[in-house]
Parts: sequence; structure tokens; C-alpha cells
Amino acid sequence: MHIEIRSEHFSAWECLATYEQEQAAQLHGKYGATAVFVGTMRDFNEGDDVAVMTLEHYPGMTEGYLKRICEEAESRWQIQDSLVIHRVGDVHPSDAIVLVAVWSAHRADAFDASRYLMEELKSRAPFWKKEQLAQGDERWVEKNTADPGAAGLGKDI
Amino acid sequence: MTIRVKFFASLREQVGISEQEIASDGVNTVEDVWTVSTDSMVMPANVLMAINMEYVEAGSHVVDGNEVAFFPPVTGG
Repeated sequence: MHIEIRSEHFSAWECLATYEQEQAAQLHGKYGATAVFVGTMRDFNEGDDVAVMTLEHYPGMTEGYLKRICEEAESRWQIQDSLVIHRVGDVHPSDAIVLVAVWSAHRADAFDASRYLMEELKSRAPFWKKEQLAQGDERWVEKNTADPGAAGLGKDI
Repeated sequence: MTIRVKFFASLREQVGISEQEIASDGVNTVEDVWTVSTDSMVMPANVLMAINMEYVEAGSHVVDGNEVAFFPPVTGG
């Protein structure tokens, strides 16, 4: 399990490649499925053009909840490893905001656990987004699109 | 004998406080912390609260040395 908050731009795919090299010693040949989700910034939201988004978090609590969510996924599904990297600070359109990856023996566990990580991250991890619109106005994103019941996963931890 | 109080995101802007320490005397619940810190501002219905970085409810008990945080619904990911 690896959890990281980044304040600078990152390439999700380079991070993934680097991480896979680092974990190879422990997991080489042990998994048959890798599910990867990358969330990137759109240049539109709620019908408006968005130029920049600033992500804020609660240092300490964020890492604590991300770790807890990964542990929940590990107890619920047969997974070998999980990775969560999330940006804070200023992000621009097409920048990666979040990378979630899960390694498991079979695809169902990887798909379900990665979906769980994302939905629970959106429900519980203390991050907030402020948008700067192309016209110059600023506004906080207030709509939380987390779907804890997605894919029939339920909330019965 | 203090409680550290933090506000985040839109709530920090509304309250005008990022972080402060308040005296713990007479402060029993998270709601009391809010009342003292915000000078009795009405608490928004959707505000989230934490004691020592764990989600709690408005009626949760606070003690000397706790860190209490208030913030709006989270929007990460």
C-alpha cells in the first residue's frame, strides 16, 4: 500500500511505471490483474469554462482516511497491493488529480476494489476544490458526486 | 488548557479563521467549540466536523488538547 499527496504536477503513467518497478521484488508474478483509474481536470464544469482549479486538503486527516480506505479494501477483496496519489495545489486542464491502482490475482477484485477506493475517497477524504473560471470568477465546488453504492458494492463494511 | 480549532475551504472564508486556539473552560461539545470560535454564527446544515482528524457529530465530547476541525462537504478525486 502506498499513499501520497503531491503538490506538484505528476504523470500518472510514469508514477505507475516507477511504482511497479519498486514493488517488483515483492509481487513479481503474484498478480494477474491491475486496475488503474486516473482522474484528470476538465476545462468545463456546470456549463462554465474552468481555467484553473485549486485543491486544498486537511494534512494528516487526508492521509489517515486514505490509508483506512485502502485497509478496508484489503480486508474486503483479495488484493495484493494498492496505490493512491492525489494532487493538491493548482491544477490545470488535463492535469492528473488522482491516481488509484489496485493489483490482484483476478480482475473482479481489482475492478471492485479500485471502484471502492475512488468512491470512498470522494465520500470521506478531506479535499476541496476551488475553480477559477475562464471569465475570472472563483467558486468552490460544492457538488459531491461520490457514489458509495456504485457497482452494487454497498456500504456494509 | 486549550482546544485547537481549524476551518477549511469555503467555511474558512466564511468564518474568516484558518486556525485558532480557544480556552477549553466551559467547552464540552464540538458544537460549543463552533459557538465560541465563530462568535455564535449559525452552523450550516451540511458542515462536517472532526476531533483529532476523525469524523464526529456536533454533540461529540471534546477535551483539553483536542484538535477540532470544521469543513464543508468534501470534493476530492
